[in-house]
Amino acid sequence: MNGTAVHAAGTDAGQRRRYRLDRPELLAPAGNLEKLKFAVHYGADAVYIGGQSYGLRSNADNFSFEEMREGVEFAARYGAKVFVATNIYAHQEDLPGIADYLKQLESAGIAAIITADPAIVETAMTHAPGLEVHLSTQQSTMNWQAVKFWKEVGLPRVVLARETSMEEIREIKDRVDLELEVFIHGAMCSSVSGRCVLSNHFTDRDSNRGGCCQSCRWKYDLHQEHVPASDPGDHMFTMGSKDLCMIRHIPDLIEAGVDSFKIEGRMKSIHYVASVVSAYRQAIDAYMADPEGYALRPEWEEEIGKAANRPLNTGFFYSTPGASEHIYEPEEKPAPYDFAAIVRDYDPATGIAVVEQRSPFRPGTEIEFIGPGGRSFRQVAGPLADMDGASVDVARHPLQLLRIRTAEPVAPLDMMRKRIGTS
Amino acid sequence: MKTELLIAAGSISQIKAYIEAGASAVLIGDARFGARLPGSIAESELGEAVACAHALGAKAYIAAARLLRNHELPALPGYLRAVAEAGADAVVFGDPAVWMAAREAAPDMALHWNAEMTGTNSASASFWAKRGASRAVLARELNGEEIADFKRSVGFEVQVQVHGMTNIYYSQRNLLQSYMDYLGREASLMDLGPSEGRFLIESERPDERLPVYEDDSGTHVMSADDICLLEALPELLEAGVDSLYIEPLLKTEAYNVAVLRSYRQAIDAWHRDPGNFSFEEDWLDPIRELQDPGRELSFGFMYKEQVY
Repeated sequence: MNGTAVHAAGTDAGQRRRYRLDRPELLAPAGNLEKLKFAVHYGADAVYIGGQSYGLRSNADNFSFEEMREGVEFAARYGAKVFVATNIYAHQEDLPGIADYLKQLESAGIAAIITADPAIVETAMTHAPGLEVHLSTQQSTMNWQAVKFWKEVGLPRVVLARETSMEEIREIKDRVDLELEVFIHGAMCSSVSGRCVLSNHFTDRDSNRGGCCQSCRWKYDLHQEHVPASDPGDHMFTMGSKDLCMIRHIPDLIEAGVDSFKIEGRMKSIHYVASVVSAYRQAIDAYMADPEGYALRPEWEEEIGKAANRPLNTGFFYSTPGASEHIYEPEEKPAPYDFAAIVRDYDPATGIAVVEQRSPFRPGTEIEFIGPGGRSFRQVAGPLADMDGASVDVARHPLQLLRIRTAEPVAPLDMMRKRIGTS
Repeated sequence: MKTELLIAAGSISQIKAYIEAGASAVLIGDARFGARLPGSIAESELGEAVACAHALGAKAYIAAARLLRNHELPALPGYLRAVAEAGADAVVFGDPAVWMAAREAAPDMALHWNAEMTGTNSASASFWAKRGASRAVLARELNGEEIADFKRSVGFEVQVQVHGMTNIYYSQRNLLQSYMDYLGREASLMDLGPSEGRFLIESERPDERLPVYEDDSGTHVMSADDICLLEALPELLEAGVDSLYIEPLLKTEAYNVAVLRSYRQAIDAWHRDPGNFSFEEDWLDPIRELQDPGRELSFGFMYKEQVY
């Protein structure tokens, strides 16, 4: 068994999740093949990934075409789709390879590209007609006339700017019949996306080609009339925003006509992606099953809280962000739970699971198992054994396979986590 | 065709002063639709402003390159009709909504495409040229080779900023107001507007002052240095760049006049005899004399290689 083998696809749980257009799509980030599998298994209807070129996450371990094909095949078993972010603003030197790259994506079975540069939009429509072209948020589309323009160009979907309010989304949807995608969760540029070249100026790294070094989160002294606006000891000025979280507002989003709910975070961990996807999956499904009887469940927010590490807010949806939507104080703290292992196998006859280690734990560690759909239970870890049956005092080796008795049944791709500070 | 020397102007008296100093075109408009203008010229004054420029032999372009929200759209067709009636030479747009409105309200109006930091390649400019744009405004983050390659690849006009500060960050958040609120200080929008003494200093870069201000479209952070491509003009002119833009924001009128005079002399000298053009230090001196000592004159991205 290797690190990315997954055995749960095609199970009953998988078969139930069908991609349907009559409910909003839950779109999740996948920084690599393993994250893709988790995102899909935990309920994403579609995932977006980065390839080797033309994407804005030059530091992420982006997909090769071979990995894309494997990802597409895996996702298809769940009825899920794979999109590729080709969201840079190209320079002259980037132009020659675009057509070939897009043709490769098309032949790898990619459903859509997410792109901002009109050069890439046009090349895709001409050379890779099998790819849907979704207009990236990097185009900063925030009004209905602009959405109508892109519809006339022939695009099936626009990802709106993060500055668009709920009321504006409603008006756009009323006036233009086009798929709308909005970010509902994750980190945000505080600038209008694409309209920031702080990295270019500070470090000669091109932010609109993936070189962003998050200078908006650095600390600055604000001077007014040549003197500092703050007193000694005050926290400094920053442009850094709290993260977006719309879990409390799913009905508003669905009723406004949002077609795709997008989670940010191709650089985030498996644990983060699976937890956040799972929470939104449950909320969307609960609403779709019974809009009248829908109520926010505290477990969903708790689940997000266990993986998130920045304070949260609702961005521009209900008002322009103000003092309490920005991070002036050192608020970033590690998530309270740490990802400890992935369940690879489970024997119902013995109640013993095989888990693959992701961070150290030992007999006595307080652990929690979670699976898709909000299934979870807590227990204290009992004795551990390796695959040869030898007793293990501490699970200290990454990717090591271990046998552990679980208090309740588990399934492959369930996650095991531990409270931070316990091991 | 002689290379155009373009500057933004915020009033009729600036239009006159800048054209007399050597500008062959001015960028003007109502701040409802134009971003970071040195002053707003209302819809009702556009006729007079354009006529003033024309009488002095210069062109007048209307700045309408802001990103727009739904509630700003209804005023757009009327504005574009007024612009056409005023006899303006072109409308500068970034948001496709302006293109959509112009198609209906001012179908014969020339259009210049300006997507600020995101106007980075000739193919995306060509996308807009196919839809009627006759000029592309290039991102300030392109280097000389990229500018030349861009121009070689297209049959329409290109405009490059050659002098002044550049916008390096634009947010629709009220970041200064938010910070004042966080500190518990009173602040009116006037206290947050463009001002020489209002700037940011990043912790590890104590010598760089980044002008910052807020207006009703959000927060703008500007570069710590002023581009000055006077010495690089031959490269831009040989590449066939059609319009050279001077950014007047946060400078005195006297400074902008001095800058225009110097670029005018250099452009004229090159056009008289490109083969024997030589840069004269005298052109730089009047600019240096008025230059804020806290702001470096730099080549911007002209000779830079960026990584990502």
